[in-house]
Amino acid sequence: MSLLARLIGGVPARSLWCLGVLLVLLLVAPTLLGKYGLSVLILVLYFAFVGQAWNIMMGFAGQLSLGHALYAGVGGYIAAGLFFHYGIGPWAGVFVAVAAAVAAGSIVGYLGFRFSLAGVYFALLTIAFSEFTRIAFDHWGWAGGSGGLFLKVDATSDILNLRGGPLLFYYVILALAAGTFVLCRALLESRLGRYWLAIREDPEAAQAVGVPVLRCKMIAIMISAALTALAGVWNAFYYNNLFPETAFAMGRSIEFTLAPIIGGLGTLFGPIVGAVVLTGLGEIFTDLSEVFHISGLKQIFYGLALLVIVMYRPAGVWPWIADRFGFGEKRR
Amino acid sequence: MSGARLELDGIGKSFRGLRAVHDVSFDVPAGAINALIGPNGAGKTTIFNMIAGVYRPDAGSVRLDGRQVSGLRPDLVCDAGVGRTFQIVKPFKGLSVLENVTVGALHRRPALPDARAYAADILMQLGLHDRRHQAAESLTLPDRKRLEVARALATEPKLLLLDEVMAGLRPTEIDVMVTFLQELNSRTGLTILLIEHVMRAVMALASNIVVVSYGEKIAEGTPAEIARHQAVLDVYLGEAEPA
Amino acid sequence: MTADFLLSLAQAITKGLLTGMVYGLMALGLSVIFGVMRVVNFAHGEIMVVGMYLAWMGFEYLQVSPMLSLPVIALIFFGAGYALQRAVISPFIGRPEHQQFLLLLAIAILLVNAYLVVAGPDSRGVQMESQFDSYELGPFVFDAVRVHAALTAVVIAGLLWLFFTRTRTGKSIRAAADNNLGALVVGLDVRRLYAFTFGVGAACVGAAGALMITIIPVTPFLAAEYTLLAFVIVIVGGLGSMTGALAGGLLIGVSEAVAGLLLQPSLKSMVSFGILILVLLLRPQGLFGKSGP
Repeated sequence: MSLLARLIGGVPARSLWCLGVLLVLLLVAPTLLGKYGLSVLILVLYFAFVGQAWNIMMGFAGQLSLGHALYAGVGGYIAAGLFFHYGIGPWAGVFVAVAAAVAAGSIVGYLGFRFSLAGVYFALLTIAFSEFTRIAFDHWGWAGGSGGLFLKVDATSDILNLRGGPLLFYYVILALAAGTFVLCRALLESRLGRYWLAIREDPEAAQAVGVPVLRCKMIAIMISAALTALAGVWNAFYYNNLFPETAFAMGRSIEFTLAPIIGGLGTLFGPIVGAVVLTGLGEIFTDLSEVFHISGLKQIFYGLALLVIVMYRPAGVWPWIADRFGFGEKRR
Repeated sequence: MSGARLELDGIGKSFRGLRAVHDVSFDVPAGAINALIGPNGAGKTTIFNMIAGVYRPDAGSVRLDGRQVSGLRPDLVCDAGVGRTFQIVKPFKGLSVLENVTVGALHRRPALPDARAYAADILMQLGLHDRRHQAAESLTLPDRKRLEVARALATEPKLLLLDEVMAGLRPTEIDVMVTFLQELNSRTGLTILLIEHVMRAVMALASNIVVVSYGEKIAEGTPAEIARHQAVLDVYLGEAEPA
Repeated sequence: MTADFLLSLAQAITKGLLTGMVYGLMALGLSVIFGVMRVVNFAHGEIMVVGMYLAWMGFEYLQVSPMLSLPVIALIFFGAGYALQRAVISPFIGRPEHQQFLLLLAIAILLVNAYLVVAGPDSRGVQMESQFDSYELGPFVFDAVRVHAALTAVVIAGLLWLFFTRTRTGKSIRAAADNNLGALVVGLDVRRLYAFTFGVGAACVGAAGALMITIIPVTPFLAAEYTLLAFVIVIVGGLGSMTGALAGGLLIGVSEAVAGLLLQPSLKSMVSFGILILVLLLRPQGLFGKSGP
């Protein structure tokens, strides 16, 4: 009870109502939406989830990672590989997958933070590790090499092995996204969360008031890597195929960063709003470019939309909406 | 809180062969207010940074109540009971004034509501309570200086290191800060070491003054003694009239 | 056997050095822009690929050798870079890195897909007559195109060096890079200098693109790889250092060529990333960087 009180303490009542309505809507959404609508909503939730995971590192602790595909890739590959080779289901495999991603995150984090790399330099280190791993997986037979790893497509519902139709994957990703939302709120309202914000604003001043900077940054990257690995596992079983070229691509890492940056870094709702905006734009532009039959047009619209957002709403879309409608969540 | 005794024993530090501080020793008794003065570039801030754990001294040791703190990381030095302000203020710009101080308070009060209440109390004492919901980056320089002091105090130190907190303040504001520090010291017994160019504040606050020049201690004594000290006069007259 | 191996190793190293010159010129553009404005150009490879396409179009439709179209491309890039900086990038100077990153990413997406629309996804190369020429020096054989490209890159780097050390504008830019506030105080028009710098950086990378097309064909999807390559080079050499960018280019060029010889070609960029990781950890300011990051 006191945990619940702490979680919702200080939140305006109307915001809580809105949240409740949103949750109910999401729970019943599959009955309201068609097949296409559900697939779009699944994408939104996926990017919201993985965006929240990335936001913990960049939005809260201020550490720019452009190599988060590493954790999604490692997680996805391990869970898929265990299932493919040994028939070990993802509910068990996910523990190994998350542990491996946390280990990878610890290595990147320890090396980067130990040597006080920050900003672009740290970002490049994360890219380098991700690319390095991509090439390694290209040559690793167990993971299928550059030819990829394929899971048998199986529409019969087998929840124990995370096999089934979109509905199953919808509720799993909804649970992950909603759980992470609560987790982020709990983290922000804790000592650790405040320490992260202090590190983001000024690491030297933070350390002077007793913040164990290295330890806090390590926890941030480990939590973020663990959640990203979950997203990777979910993604691997949803799409049933994995290629190093896409699993560890820099483009994938960048995709993870867009929803939180566009929605509003460091906010709870930013990654979710950003995911809605991005996926929505993506779908609209896909339809538009199909009208014109020109490949690349979709991406041009997309690029233009990004340009407009970053030029006119550099702090993100959500803080602006929150301000206008009185939801009261600002970037902290 | 109560004060701790600070002992500096022959500390020295060089940067790329350049000697910034050499063989400096002095004590600050528990509960005292002492000042560290000297011309710009004399090594005062380097001495602070060695006490606070930012730099590890090349030689000598720093002890707090007899316990060696030199060589510890800054957060562990804070843990041992040293609070410090920065000469070039370093607020957590994006956070509110209250949250800035709360981060400091969390050090000894892990629960967020406790820390926030304690932080609010300190802001009240420093006259920043009205501005507690403002973003720290919107504060004026004098307010930022006060915020530095508040945030350091929130960690409940036994020794407070103040690096030029009076600089840029108007005379009336200096008097307010002097009164606050005197009152704080007499109420809690907190030991204070301040680096200061504002002589009026130094003379009012410090029971003992250490003078450094070119990285070495050249004099130590009461304000009256220092005012008459020939080496000190030479150093200051050679540079400029002290403010 | 050993003699053969040594010869092919020496051959690989020289090939790497020649390619590395062009890499160096590309990285130089990135380094100049960062050194002066502290803006990390995440669209660098994409901008270079525009240069490659322009040179290819000049060759394909107007039958002009890339070497001849190079000055024109450099000039166009200077103007475009100047305008882009003035119109879009200028407000982002001094902003948080992630905002600059998103801005340049948007520009990169626009550029890549613009060539996809205009030129299609196919790989485009130039077939010059000198393609199969070579110079022989004792047992060594050098591809003529590579030698020409490398020499041109050296000449351009030399011109750039003269510009920064001998001309008034060049010196002002360096002053602004060293001390932004100081430059403002002495009355330099920092905003114009920044735009000028972005123009110079773009001209560099445009010229590098014109040279690159003589060595390797272009596809839209190469752009991101070049951005990454340029980053690896400048970080290894030292972000903001001109010598560092050139030396980094040579080092990465050689390491790629040697790795391609000793290991599988697909592993060659692993070596570059390995070097990057080592440099970041052991000497984050880069091999030729002056101070820490």
